[in-house]
Amino acid sequence: MESSILHGVQGYMYPNEMELQWSILIVLYPFITGLVAGAFILASLERVFRVESVKPTYRLALLTALAFLLVAPLPLQLHLGHPERSLEMYLTPHTASAMAMFGFVYLWYLMAVLLLEIWLDYRREIVELARTTTGPLRYVYRLLTLGSNDVSEEALRVDERAGFVVTLIGIPSAFLLHGYVGFIFGSVKANPWWSTPLMPIVFLFSAIVSGIAAVMLLYMAISRLRGLAVDMRCVDTIARYLFYAFIIDFSLESLDLVHRVYEADESFRTLDFMVQTQLYLPHIVVQIVLGTLVPIALLALTQLVNLTERARRGIYATAGVLTLIGIFAMRWNVVIGGQLFSKSFLGYTTYKLEFATREGLLPAVILMILPFVILWALVRLLPPWPDEGKRAPAAG
Amino acid sequence: MNSDRREFLERATHLLLLTGAAQLAFDAVVRGEPEAAPNYKTTDHWWAMAIDVDKCIGCGNCVRACKQENDVPREPFYFRTWVERYHVPDGDIEHPQVDSPNGGYDGFPEKYRPGDGAKSFFVPKLCNHCAHSPCVQVCPVGATFESPDGVVLVDKSYCLGCRYCVQACPYGCRFIDPRTSTVDKCSLCYHRITRGLTTACCETCPTEARVLGDLKDPKDPIHEFLRTHKVQVLKPQMATGSKAYYNGLDGSVR
Repeated sequence: MESSILHGVQGYMYPNEMELQWSILIVLYPFITGLVAGAFILASLERVFRVESVKPTYRLALLTALAFLLVAPLPLQLHLGHPERSLEMYLTPHTASAMAMFGFVYLWYLMAVLLLEIWLDYRREIVELARTTTGPLRYVYRLLTLGSNDVSEEALRVDERAGFVVTLIGIPSAFLLHGYVGFIFGSVKANPWWSTPLMPIVFLFSAIVSGIAAVMLLYMAISRLRGLAVDMRCVDTIARYLFYAFIIDFSLESLDLVHRVYEADESFRTLDFMVQTQLYLPHIVVQIVLGTLVPIALLALTQLVNLTERARRGIYATAGVLTLIGIFAMRWNVVIGGQLFSKSFLGYTTYKLEFATREGLLPAVILMILPFVILWALVRLLPPWPDEGKRAPAAG
Repeated sequence: MNSDRREFLERATHLLLLTGAAQLAFDAVVRGEPEAAPNYKTTDHWWAMAIDVDKCIGCGNCVRACKQENDVPREPFYFRTWVERYHVPDGDIEHPQVDSPNGGYDGFPEKYRPGDGAKSFFVPKLCNHCAHSPCVQVCPVGATFESPDGVVLVDKSYCLGCRYCVQACPYGCRFIDPRTSTVDKCSLCYHRITRGLTTACCETCPTEARVLGDLKDPKDPIHEFLRTHKVQVLKPQMATGSKAYYNGLDGSVR
């Protein structure tokens, strides 16, 4: 056992540091919550800032946020040594702990923001569906009305106003949800790879980038599946926002990088060596070049040159996929990269990704597929296309 | 009636055979729980450790004693305390060569020769029992805490096994016990020190390189040690309020 653990260790690690504490599941956690926050912020663009052109994605973005939010705690739960004790975080939280607040931020966001906003937005249709649907689904819709069957104009106006207020509260909540995930890492002073006040804001902007890219891709894919033309005005606008958000995100990450290189504190040589060797592929190649510079260049191209719709769609799809890969790599490099070097700054270890174990690749893949299954069910239950309510469920 | 009589006989026998603290201990043994320390007041103590780098000979007694006393997993890479060997070339304290084969459990095989232009020394490591512990700060449920007498402890029946504290400790002093899936660390032999004994590592150290001290006890020799030596804590820039005081700590040690 000793030799198998020592294999892949270079230099000196403290004895208790040989094994990594946080696995690929903890990589998924900021990736998934990032998609939630980003998708929600895209949805609120339409609602609060009245960007009419992104309207076709409004409901899809909300449902996407919900589907991913429902899955967000699962990787954490699976990772815990004692998942049966996780409720203690709610019952006896340690208020000094950034992690303890996760439960509360999560619940607030799920119950007070997302579910409420979706319900208010869909209420008219839910009431209608509760009347017209037959079979067991009818009872589901009846339950979803929560006993509120008033769809008079006055009631709908109240819904609209309330929904607006919820979105207003929702934007800072989405910022909180993901900014705080960054704080969990950024506040660990023992770890120089994590410890920076920029971490929450870098996490936030990368979240916005990933959420916008995900909704854009989903919208294009679903339109294709439904045999409908992609609303180009909509995706052009989304791609423009993706481009702007990406520029801010990249500037922040570059600032962090330049600061580290220029300051070159006691940890710099160790971290620099790690980036040049073990993290070269995931950090330099995948995250920075493929996942950031290439999509930014592609998106810039669509802003500068007049391209055909077909070419733009191809570029958006490519840029979107690369963006998601890049943001995933960023989460990987933060979580895994932060554990590859010794806190003695004298050595390195390697992460051995297992396959069919509790924290292996297989559960991670399943957890990444799960939100799409949930989204599929949500889209069937609550069709996001109000004008084609009858067609959509079958096609969704 | 019958059971009352049996109870009386049992109590009378105990009283005859055992007295005072021993009787309390017997009850604890019957209950299968650790013995309470009835005469120990947590507020009367503030524990620390004095470590003299020059006195450590790297024998590994402390590592072995700790594993045995505290039922630490025997396989490598689970340590409540361990010993590091530093080998520092002249004038290059930024690039020390460090090793700790099996945490020093089996001692250190000869590796460096005198006169090779470098200095060598051993550094015992353990939880620093920080007064402002980053590990305690991050625990989401308060399963790890600072006791009133200055010891960082873990309630294993409460620990979620989230490993945040392992990440937060700057000194690498925590690990997850694979048998319980909860965190484990040096408890400063709390079960011993609350009963007037010293820790297992200090007890077995042949050179008194590590000595337990009570900073609230004015007669404790640790006061003289701190007065008469130039001491340092590990990673002082972390500002954790570390209470493991090292004499003769080289600048290369981290």
